[in-house]
Amino acid sequence: MSKGVAITGMGIISAIGNNVAENFDALINQKKGITRVDNIKTIQREEIMVGEIKFTNDELIAQLGLPPENNFSRTAMLGVIAAKEAITQAGITDIKKYKTGIVSGTSVGGMDMTEKYYYEYLTEKEPQKYIESHHAGDSTQKIAEQLGIEESFVTTISTACSSAANAIMLGARLIKSGKLDRVVVGGADCLSKFTINGFKTLMILSDTFNTPFDENRKGLNLGEAAAYLVLESDKVVKAENKKVLAYVKGYGNANDAFHQTASSDNGDGATLAMKKALKVANLNPSDIDYINAHGTATGNNDLSEGRAILRIFKNEMPEFSSTKAYTGHTLAAAGAIEAVYSVLALQENVIFPNLNFKTQMKEFNLIPQTELKKKELNTVLSNSLGFGGNCSTVIYSKEA
Amino acid sequence: MKKVYINSIASISPQKTFESASFLDDIIEYNDNVIPAFDPNYKEHIPPAAARRMAKGIKMGVVASKLAMEEAGIETVDAIITGTGMGCMIDSEKFVSAIIDNNEQYLTPTSFIQSTHNTVAGQIALGMECKAYNFTYVHSAISFESALIDAKMQLENNEANNILVGGVEELGAHTTNVHRVINHVKPEPVTISEVLNSNTEGAVFSEGANFFVVSNDKKDSSYAELLAVETYNTLQKDKLSETIKNFLEENNLKPEDLDLVVLGNNGDVDFDGYYNQLSENIFKNTKQVYYKHLVGENNTVSAFGVWLASKIIKTQQIPAIVNLNDIESAETNIVLCYNQYRGENHSLVLLKKC
Amino acid sequence: MSELKEELKAKIIEQLNLEDVSVEEIADDDALFGDGLGLDSIDALELIVMLDKDYGIRLSDPKEGRKIFESVQVMADYIEANRTK
Repeated sequence: MSKGVAITGMGIISAIGNNVAENFDALINQKKGITRVDNIKTIQREEIMVGEIKFTNDELIAQLGLPPENNFSRTAMLGVIAAKEAITQAGITDIKKYKTGIVSGTSVGGMDMTEKYYYEYLTEKEPQKYIESHHAGDSTQKIAEQLGIEESFVTTISTACSSAANAIMLGARLIKSGKLDRVVVGGADCLSKFTINGFKTLMILSDTFNTPFDENRKGLNLGEAAAYLVLESDKVVKAENKKVLAYVKGYGNANDAFHQTASSDNGDGATLAMKKALKVANLNPSDIDYINAHGTATGNNDLSEGRAILRIFKNEMPEFSSTKAYTGHTLAAAGAIEAVYSVLALQENVIFPNLNFKTQMKEFNLIPQTELKKKELNTVLSNSLGFGGNCSTVIYSKEA
Repeated sequence: MKKVYINSIASISPQKTFESASFLDDIIEYNDNVIPAFDPNYKEHIPPAAARRMAKGIKMGVVASKLAMEEAGIETVDAIITGTGMGCMIDSEKFVSAIIDNNEQYLTPTSFIQSTHNTVAGQIALGMECKAYNFTYVHSAISFESALIDAKMQLENNEANNILVGGVEELGAHTTNVHRVINHVKPEPVTISEVLNSNTEGAVFSEGANFFVVSNDKKDSSYAELLAVETYNTLQKDKLSETIKNFLEENNLKPEDLDLVVLGNNGDVDFDGYYNQLSENIFKNTKQVYYKHLVGENNTVSAFGVWLASKIIKTQQIPAIVNLNDIESAETNIVLCYNQYRGENHSLVLLKKC
Repeated sequence: MSELKEELKAKIIEQLNLEDVSVEEIADDDALFGDGLGLDSIDALELIVMLDKDYGIRLSDPKEGRKIFESVQVMADYIEANRTK
């Protein structure tokens, strides 16, 4: 039960960089990617800040060399960019050599096109090609096609903000059970009017830079991103003499069963998720070297998650930080973005700072790591908590 | 590795399937190209305070899951795993149209919150106060099968003992209209006896919820053993028979070992060829049934196929209305369900009498 | 004033889908949240939009809403004092 699943490649595109190297560079140089939104015309522009990837859709189409008649949603295009980098980094040249699948998380899916052409679909021929790219599975189907994954297990998870973490979890199970030899796991979500206005109605969008775990936090910044990991079985790692970047060591999912949108005050769901993950990893809380928190900077999340972390770690708190101040909250992709950051932390033995933090919250004495810190890291715990009470934890480790 | 059983089933569909005592003996005759679910009395099952924000899909999911839990005779489960290809269409449509119609002003949160794909799984968990594992798969026609694969792995490895698995889909008026213009919906109304021979593009769109309790604990009341589930994102027509043979072989079976195949024919002239070539070749001597003429097409309707297979295995009765050929088999022991939608996302579910 | 209160009751029932509640059943001083009518944080957000849309009152902090939405009476008093339309 305690043996980890090998990660042999990763890829990412986010507001702070178009690949793994650029993301790492921004993380250590404390360059955040939070700006006003440019690619979406919205009346909320002056009231919100976002973590936006500055490429326009046309630029993404050109980058990917897609034909003009393509019907890729932005989510799908971001997903393909990140997934291709992961495959390249894993040194995979023949995707069909092993039984390879893909599990992706998304919540926006093709909503960006649907909201653009909603009524036009009924009368205009030109945009009708996007009707079929609305459903959440479409982006995954397209990523599979672009990677050459055929006749295989390809699926999509949508559990709001924990989607990608859950995709990683399922991927690890698929490898462990021998159902697949290799699986691409992660998530993708683009910005949309749907989510901008949706979170706006919940009154949890900050009008300035988000400040995780700060007493005066004003809410989250939405972000867009995609990130994927390549997980491979021991058989493949051995046969191909693969370099292993890190391992998926433990994972757990639980439901808060408290409220449709709010987390319970004591973070029951998050506590359970962390407990389960530690159990699968066969680790004690004291074995965890760094926590990459969900830390969205909403009043509710940071309080609930902070309490849950304290319930698990008590007086053995390792350093913790949220990287949402860099990227914004990338919703379904968040768990994958932070998986890449967790693996980078392990590889480089460095803890990324929780930017914008000034004042400790009055409910507890938790102070996130606010400076870049060098530290020998062997295990990183990453939380992803979502709507519908969906709470997930994944633990990454240097050793299997 | 533990064996996995289907311990209870519940279905809300365009037919009167939610009463477990009957088995397709009082068929609703449709003559349409979009057919809604036949509603149980939701108020009997959901308190008004909880129901007030629920669109039809959420109600169907909550009630079907309750019925499945009741039949299994359990209060809680170790995981809740749902599948929904299109998600909560009614609330999604409400929120998108409000954004456009009101130019992003005076928007209220309820439809946004309820539009999230995992709303049904979340509401089921809330209703049961179940803090267990809670996943939602959203991959078109294999959303339900993905949930089933996840559940099966956990039960086989004894990580869980009882898991609630289900598929749910609701019709959204705008989405249906949009699919009419690209010919995914049949151009004209058809009766249930005409669907397969309609010779037109598209399918009869529908909605419904099918839930199951799967377990690694066999009961006298169990419906069937779940032998295997497999999905394929793509599959060429000419490789289908070979793929099915390989799948059966991995389970130490040959096509002639099957007592029944449950096929997903929906009368779409462009895509029923997948089923027809099986009917005429590797399964030409096997008893075949179909069901989409009764309950229409939607992304998780293949769960109804599993419902039908389970019910046939347990009752050892095949309602005449589902017959696709005249072959009789003395006993129904091993059943294969095959489904695909528009040539993509193929699934195989293998069941055995237990 | 009593007209406004009746209007609010009808709006609350309609906006929040309280199918099983009638205007007569809501007393002016009944608690809307918690043990009273049983409204929750999502309803509070719905009511904040109603204040903005129908009475031209904008709240920026959802916490303010909780006090204003204590009862129909309190709501009506607040609207009378602050309405811009």
